[in-house]
Amino acid sequence: MRINCPHCGTRDLIEFTYQGDANRAQPDLGSSDVNIWYSHVYERINTRGRHKEFWQHHGGCRSHLLVERDTATHEIFSVILARDAVRGAAS
Amino acid sequence: MAEYSIFSLLKNAVQGNLGWKEAWRKPEPKPEYDVIIIGGGGHGLSTAYYLAKEHGITNVAVLEKNWLGSGNVGRNTTAIRSNYLLSENQHFYEYSMKLWETLSHELNYNVMFSQRGVLNIGHSPAQIDQFARRGNAMRLNGLDAELFTANQVERALPGIDMSRDARFPIEGGLMQRRGGTARHDAVAWGYARGADRRGVDLVENCEVTGFLRNGDKIIGVQTTRGEIRAKKVAVAVAGSTGHVLNLAGIDRFPIESHVLQAFVSEALKPVINTVATFGGGHLYFGQSDKGGIVFGGDIDGYNSYAQRGNLPIVEDVMSEMVALFPGLTGVRLLRSWGGIMDMSMDGAPIIDIGPLPGMYLNCGWCYGGFKATPGSGICFAHTIAKDEIHPLAAPFVLSRFRAGKQIDDKGMGATPKWH
Repeated sequence: MRINCPHCGTRDLIEFTYQGDANRAQPDLGSSDVNIWYSHVYERINTRGRHKEFWQHHGGCRSHLLVERDTATHEIFSVILARDAVRGAAS
Repeated sequence: MAEYSIFSLLKNAVQGNLGWKEAWRKPEPKPEYDVIIIGGGGHGLSTAYYLAKEHGITNVAVLEKNWLGSGNVGRNTTAIRSNYLLSENQHFYEYSMKLWETLSHELNYNVMFSQRGVLNIGHSPAQIDQFARRGNAMRLNGLDAELFTANQVERALPGIDMSRDARFPIEGGLMQRRGGTARHDAVAWGYARGADRRGVDLVENCEVTGFLRNGDKIIGVQTTRGEIRAKKVAVAVAGSTGHVLNLAGIDRFPIESHVLQAFVSEALKPVINTVATFGGGHLYFGQSDKGGIVFGGDIDGYNSYAQRGNLPIVEDVMSEMVALFPGLTGVRLLRSWGGIMDMSMDGAPIIDIGPLPGMYLNCGWCYGGFKATPGSGICFAHTIAKDEIHPLAAPFVLSRFRAGKQIDDKGMGATPKWH
């Protein structure tokens, strides 16, 4: 598996660290709703197929990336900077 | 007379081996059963066997999308042990270990259980302290554990690099002598034949594609071989748990599926006579009776349903193996393969009624499911038959996460790739 880093180009998997499911939104830190926190801490989407996930290019530019990848075939559809994804979601 | 014995062997030897029966039938699925078990792997087959044997429930179908034992039961590195730190795990895995000790006799099928010992190797005084703590916890619960000096490790594993300038010099180890290995396929086949002979239908090439529901209640399954109804539907699909629960409309669950690779070398004369683990990284290894060194390490570390991994882990595992055994450097690798692990949020399994009415769930074995095969079957069969959790499985219910009663043997928290 190779990941096409927006800064560094296509690099080997060994340069990247997996940071998990990107479908989880951080709950409001002031929230005391147990269900929301239970879901955030313990539950995962775990899709077979297209999966959004975070990676970090620790062996290169150290950027955090948002990758969409097929968990059944390891095919990668898109790689963008996680920062841009968060800004996009906020605007 | 038992179906397999020295007499049947001799009789068939002189009669040209024409007298053997098929080990199990190939039945067409019936329209309805009392219990359907999804997944014809080790846990599904042992559950079917104990449902029939212990509870007299024989109107049972095991549905397998491929051939029996084609998943993780045929892909693992076959270590059997109960050397856990926490009492809940110790009691469960020790119960399973005791079942292993009599399993060949129970099934009239040689599962080649070999109690050659499981040795954790330690590389720092702190690690040895941790081993002493775990060993003492095991002995308090009646399990066997023995703290090894470096010399004892050397005697148990001749050929290991004992030099002080090794990257991770060896300080000692923790031995569980009753641990060992078994022949993984034989376990699946033994349970399959035992269940079949008691009337269970083992239906191969039958993939579940959806669930039949009445409101919330599960009343059967849709399969590639038609609709099959059942009073109870049990799910024992290991790495495919997320996918199968998705078919039932459950899209979030405390499981992540990860790929784990395993390796076997070309056959060698006997060189490694225990199962052992390397404490400087993550590596476990043993030698099969055929002579191949069977070994593995970490999961690849990203969500995956593909039964193949990537090269960084291959390199990692190989470098650990030759760091411990420099003499194996020239040995060729015969094969490598991957299996999908149902990694839970605390590293412990889930055996429970639910999560939907009419459904029963057995999953979350991470990469320790093989040794649990007999115990898991007994506990899951009890849970299905009596609609109450087996006492040994009581700590492993799904609600433990919400209740804050995680069974986190390694203390890693809710990050599945670290368990």
